[in-house]
Amino acid sequence: MRPLTFPGLLLRCGVLAAILFVVVVIALKLGAVPVSLYGLGLDLVHLLLRKTTGLSSNYDMIVLDIRLPRILLSIVVGASLAVAGTAFQALLRNPLADPYVLGASSGASLGAILTLIAEPYLALPLTLAALVTPVGAFLGAAVTIAAVYFLGRREGQIDSSTLLLAGIVSASFLSAIIMFLISTLSSRGDLRGMLFWLMGDLSVSLQPSLRWVLGIGFFVATGIIYTTATDLNLMLNGEKEAMHLGVDVRRVRLVVYIAASLLTGLAVSVSGSIGYVGLLVPHLMRIVFGSDHRILIPTSALGGAIAVVIADTLARTVVAPSELPVGAMTALAGAPLFIYLLRRKIA
Amino acid sequence: MVAPSTSADSSRPSDIRLSVEQVSYAYSANPSQAPLFTLEASSFQARPGEIVAILGPNASGKSTLLKLIAGAQEPMSGRVLLNGFVTHSLTPRIRAQRIAMVQQESPLLFPSRAWEFVLQGRHPHSRSLRFETREDIAIARNALAQVGAEHLAGRWMNQISGGEKQRVILARALSQQPLLLLLDEPTLHLDIGSQVGLLDTLRRLAAENRYTVVVVTHELNLAAEYADQIVLLHRGKSLRVGTPAAVYQRELLEQVFQTPLSVESSPSGRPRVTILPAS
Repeated sequence: MRPLTFPGLLLRCGVLAAILFVVVVIALKLGAVPVSLYGLGLDLVHLLLRKTTGLSSNYDMIVLDIRLPRILLSIVVGASLAVAGTAFQALLRNPLADPYVLGASSGASLGAILTLIAEPYLALPLTLAALVTPVGAFLGAAVTIAAVYFLGRREGQIDSSTLLLAGIVSASFLSAIIMFLISTLSSRGDLRGMLFWLMGDLSVSLQPSLRWVLGIGFFVATGIIYTTATDLNLMLNGEKEAMHLGVDVRRVRLVVYIAASLLTGLAVSVSGSIGYVGLLVPHLMRIVFGSDHRILIPTSALGGAIAVVIADTLARTVVAPSELPVGAMTALAGAPLFIYLLRRKIA
Repeated sequence: MVAPSTSADSSRPSDIRLSVEQVSYAYSANPSQAPLFTLEASSFQARPGEIVAILGPNASGKSTLLKLIAGAQEPMSGRVLLNGFVTHSLTPRIRAQRIAMVQQESPLLFPSRAWEFVLQGRHPHSRSLRFETREDIAIARNALAQVGAEHLAGRWMNQISGGEKQRVILARALSQQPLLLLLDEPTLHLDIGSQVGLLDTLRRLAAENRYTVVVVTHELNLAAEYADQIVLLHRGKSLRVGTPAAVYQRELLEQVFQTPLSVESSPSGRPRVTILPAS
């Protein structure tokens, strides 16, 4: 018997954090404009010493003003999607659940688009206006998950395949509405393209207020989900058994459902719908670290960050100077991996 | 929440651990319709170390009565007291510290090892996010030893036999350190050797650890052999409560189970039922 200990948890997270750091450094270096590793290193050292004036590289603008914010965004989006996926998988007792498959990402996209359409008529101050979209995306995600949850029930019980079908059908239905809205409103310049909402894109620069909302929202929602980690472990046995083992099932279900919808809404409102991250990252982490949520949640967050940073770096380099949507990249890598895992009977 | 027992019991009331007082329940598909199923007022009492078997044909209300005892559902009338506390009013956490339920097995979503499974029983005793202490591990190990399953600790739950799995599930219930142990058809799908082994273990544990045990079962002869008290249910009614000898009357059992049978005495002095084919 060797249960998880706190040092053990720190060690595993430390390894993943180190990998993330390496990936971030490589991502800073790669791009349409080449940057030498030496110059980059000097820049980072200067930055850490807060000597922003002494930046040696001529490309500091590119690295610090363009690539770094985009990488930070990738980290938060990837971590949010992976944690949301982990939470939905435990909550719905379905290893194939994730925000994208369940239609939550599409719901969040639609919610975000509706707020963008409504925004000019609301006459809100700019800082507040930036927050309306994430709220709309959160509501869109929450409503969709609730709908899919009820559609996925049979005789009062959650039915695994019915639930997934309900999610897939909802996603395609919502995507159709998104296409309709964007096609009819395409004359308006302020709506981002269809590709953004359906395939995901991380090349957007964010309002500073939105950055704060995203960062704080991520830590709060993930922290809340993490407090229920041992409850989620027991929920995997089914809700009845969890209750007999002392889990307040209704409270955990509600809290995790809201927090996971919030993570989905936040991620989608700044990056569109990126698929496969929420599905595959928790799976891989489960294979490596086991299914204890005390370790699965933080490692999934780090793993999701690593996955999206890599995917986005590839998306902006493989066809440089042009760009692929990051969702195309995650689907290209994710779909075959998913099939492989399915054949391995992990699912 | 504190509701001390007021029931007038002829013997020493302080000795009573579980007191089921006139509980009833009705289940209907929708509130405006007549109930599809009702459990009429049932009562019985049990002391520490006692084994109570709930018997009856399918759909007689056995599992419903067990859920009411567990506090998972609120009775429509009456109440269930465990050491003077109404079981339904306890928080899930406190309830799980006092009542352990062994259900008919449910499939595992992700494979886990037997020792991880047994440690789950420590959940109601630990705060959220706490890591297992040495004490937790010692209790889990002891629980596995008590059911004779130490050798299974490192095995995967989906790779052990039904009888072994039932032992590990029982060990998880023991690691909750409960006062009341509830079992819903624990011998289902087990061969006769495993059934007897499990019930022997239960009787030993009830005696050693002073658990009060309530078990729902279809096995008339095993219940007669192992239980101190029998609650016989029929169509949602509690027909008789008492010792096996008092409950196992031929006419009564024939009426309840709708089959001709005979009741004799086994070598241990307990009643034994033999089914007589109709032809």
